[in-house]
Amino acid sequence: MRSESVKKEFAARNIMIVGVGGQGSLLASRLLGRLLMNAGYDVKVSEVHGMSQRGGSVVTYVRCGERVYSPIIDEGGADFIVSFELLEAARWLSYLAPGGRIITNTQKIDPMPVITGAAEYPRELIERMRAAGAEVDALDALSLAAEAGSPKSVNIVLMGRLSRYFDLPEAEWLRALEETVPPRTLEANKNAFSLGR
Amino acid sequence: MKTLMLGNDALARGLYESGVAVASSYPGTPSTEITESLAKFNEVYSEWAPNEKVALEAAFGASLGGRRAFCGMKHVGLNVAADPLFTISYTGVRAGLVIAVADDPGMHSSQNEQDSRHYAVAAKLPMLEPADSDECYEFAKYAYTLSETYDTPVLLRICTRVAHSQSIVDTHERVLPELIPYKKDIAKYVMMPGNAKRRHPYVENRTDMLRQLAETFPLNKIERGTGNSSVGVICSGTVYQYVKEVFGDTVSVLKLGLVNPLPEALIRTFADGVNELFVIEELDPVIEAHVKSLGISCHGKDYFPLCGELSQNLISRTLASHAEPRAGIAAVAAPVIDAEIPPRPPVMCAGCPHRGMFYSLMKNNITVLGDIGCYTLGAAAPLAAIDTTICMGASVSGLHGFIHAQGNEAAERAVCVIGDSTFMHSGVTGLINIAYNGGASTVIILDNSITGMTGHQQNPTTGLNIKGDPAGKIDLEALCHAVGISRVRVVDPYNIAECDAAVTEEIAAPEPSVIISRRPCALLKTVKPKPPLAVNPDKCKKCGSCMKIGCPAVSMKNGAAEIDKTLCVGCAVCTQLCKFDAFEEVGA
Ligand SMILES: Cc1ncc(C[n+]2csc(CCOP(=O)(O)OP(=O)(O)O)c2C)c(N)n1
Repeated sequence: MRSESVKKEFAARNIMIVGVGGQGSLLASRLLGRLLMNAGYDVKVSEVHGMSQRGGSVVTYVRCGERVYSPIIDEGGADFIVSFELLEAARWLSYLAPGGRIITNTQKIDPMPVITGAAEYPRELIERMRAAGAEVDALDALSLAAEAGSPKSVNIVLMGRLSRYFDLPEAEWLRALEETVPPRTLEANKNAFSLGR
Repeated sequence: MKTLMLGNDALARGLYESGVAVASSYPGTPSTEITESLAKFNEVYSEWAPNEKVALEAAFGASLGGRRAFCGMKHVGLNVAADPLFTISYTGVRAGLVIAVADDPGMHSSQNEQDSRHYAVAAKLPMLEPADSDECYEFAKYAYTLSETYDTPVLLRICTRVAHSQSIVDTHERVLPELIPYKKDIAKYVMMPGNAKRRHPYVENRTDMLRQLAETFPLNKIERGTGNSSVGVICSGTVYQYVKEVFGDTVSVLKLGLVNPLPEALIRTFADGVNELFVIEELDPVIEAHVKSLGISCHGKDYFPLCGELSQNLISRTLASHAEPRAGIAAVAAPVIDAEIPPRPPVMCAGCPHRGMFYSLMKNNITVLGDIGCYTLGAAAPLAAIDTTICMGASVSGLHGFIHAQGNEAAERAVCVIGDSTFMHSGVTGLINIAYNGGASTVIILDNSITGMTGHQQNPTTGLNIKGDPAGKIDLEALCHAVGISRVRVVDPYNIAECDAAVTEEIAAPEPSVIISRRPCALLKTVKPKPPLAVNPDKCKKCGSCMKIGCPAVSMKNGAAEIDKTLCVGCAVCTQLCKFDAFEEVGA
């Protein structure tokens, strides 16, 4: 589906990576940061460390362009939201820019209020996000990651899917991957990337 | 070389290139990675001190010893280090001394939102505030020059968005200054009244000199707007980035890199060139108060919030509604989903050793004075097992007062919980108070053999230093005995019956006691997870007992318990809650 590539004369391209603390969003954002820096852009990546990494909702922002000032993306500002978990995609939906796209894992991880029965995990989230006007590309990244040899590589499967929408050669992605993931996980991560792509 | 660097790593790089030789810090989000990053350079002696006061005093000692020194901490850490801070302002330094303090507007990982700039004002110290990674790197170098030129410790203030954002930095080589030989100077370094009286005027004079510097300091700069807007904005740090994001070069900006002391003439010149002046700052109106004290009228906290972080949208929205509308401000139409999205608060991990002890305390209906660490999450539902959290160490000292207020029966209903790192930080002094002044307090040390919350730093109880090499190991049992507590026992928090027995016996005891609840953090690389458990659907009676421990790996699906095998580490705490033996080892 290369024809869908988003080629923008971008003043800034804004990507949000959202998920559950512990799912590897830091690594994904570092991979993207590296890729975009290698491609010659000014880059800012904003991460979360600390409390929310303990299973809370986490968000990282990756921005690139000629000159990037703010390290964060605000409501209505994200060209892409890459979500490692379905509920998190819905939570951050209002950050999507007009014409932006959600790439989401279909995996569901119950938050504590759902586990304790104080709240319900909402149904039909993909349909509802579409109804709100979002383009949604949903995939079972957990199964693809397992197929790639490591269930922990969900993050890289999703980066593979994101790469479809970027006008950058696959070799550039693989180079950034080599520069960011630990050597011992490189094979599994390369597999994960190509399964996602 | 150009690289993409986290603000904290860039700061560390700047310190390193400036020839820092000794770094002593205590971890705290969002400051931790500065010192972790420094510890990777073999030429720098780096350490985790037990708390920020010790760290700052060690760093000061290194400066006295003639080498450039560093101390890093989060905002509340500066409260702990405030005592030495105010007096080393008087003594000044020998080799450069830089103190990084990381504020957390928005409280991503903190118990309050205090604004560290007040400390710079109160302790009369220069404070620099970088706005991105490259500035972290540059400002670290400026800080040492300032420190040595003006004979003063220098504060470097960062906030979460600078500390934890990556941007591009151009790095260079390290330059190590000559060791400055030690010279005894009683009048300068012995702050007894006679000497301190002579140092105070020195401090006031230094502030005057720094104020003059602020007028021409290259890190304070005016960027005149290119558009025909008559708006001017004074700002610093990350707010500068938001302002530039919204307005580009269209409005005039005075960016302050030195946030204490503040310039006068520079601000007047800037204000004279604009019609409408805004001071935009996160947290308190520190710059605004200064501008107003000069008799210059401006807008600031009348429009912008005192609480929380600012952002580009917040700034553009606020200015759009108060100033004349201008280019660059576009209203955003955000998609809205038609669904209730349940919150996802942080939780104790599956297999967290704190969980078993909290379950026991909750079940026995005990009042728990809490402290700060991963175990603060024991306050969340369904365990809801913690009654207070104030600051590091406050659990032990607070319990002592609580029991003395309520009388002896309270001792049979109340305990405190404190982590191993927090106990070393400031819990032991509270325990000494208990041993000294009496009372039947029961102190529970949740020893997971690491500083968990801030991302696994070693501490004095772990036997390893900041580099992971073998180090002195404080023996908690021996320490508690040594301060005069004779009832000290160790339990395994994966064993609920053992926790129950220890808690009920120790709260009943008529003398102080310490329970060490010991098991390493389940996320440590040295801890091998056991295979995940599984629920036998024939045995599960759907009673929901297992849901009381708030384990993220256990949920009720279609009325029956289910284990998420990607999360479960086989700790088997849930097994002990099930009357029907429904949890089973797979492949057993
Ligand atoms: C004065 C101060 N310094 C640092 C911090 C940051 N901080 C919060 S909890 C914590 C340590 C937690 O370690 P530990 O007591 O071992 O508990 P664990 O998280 O491992 O359960 C630190 C350093 C703080 N809140 N206050």
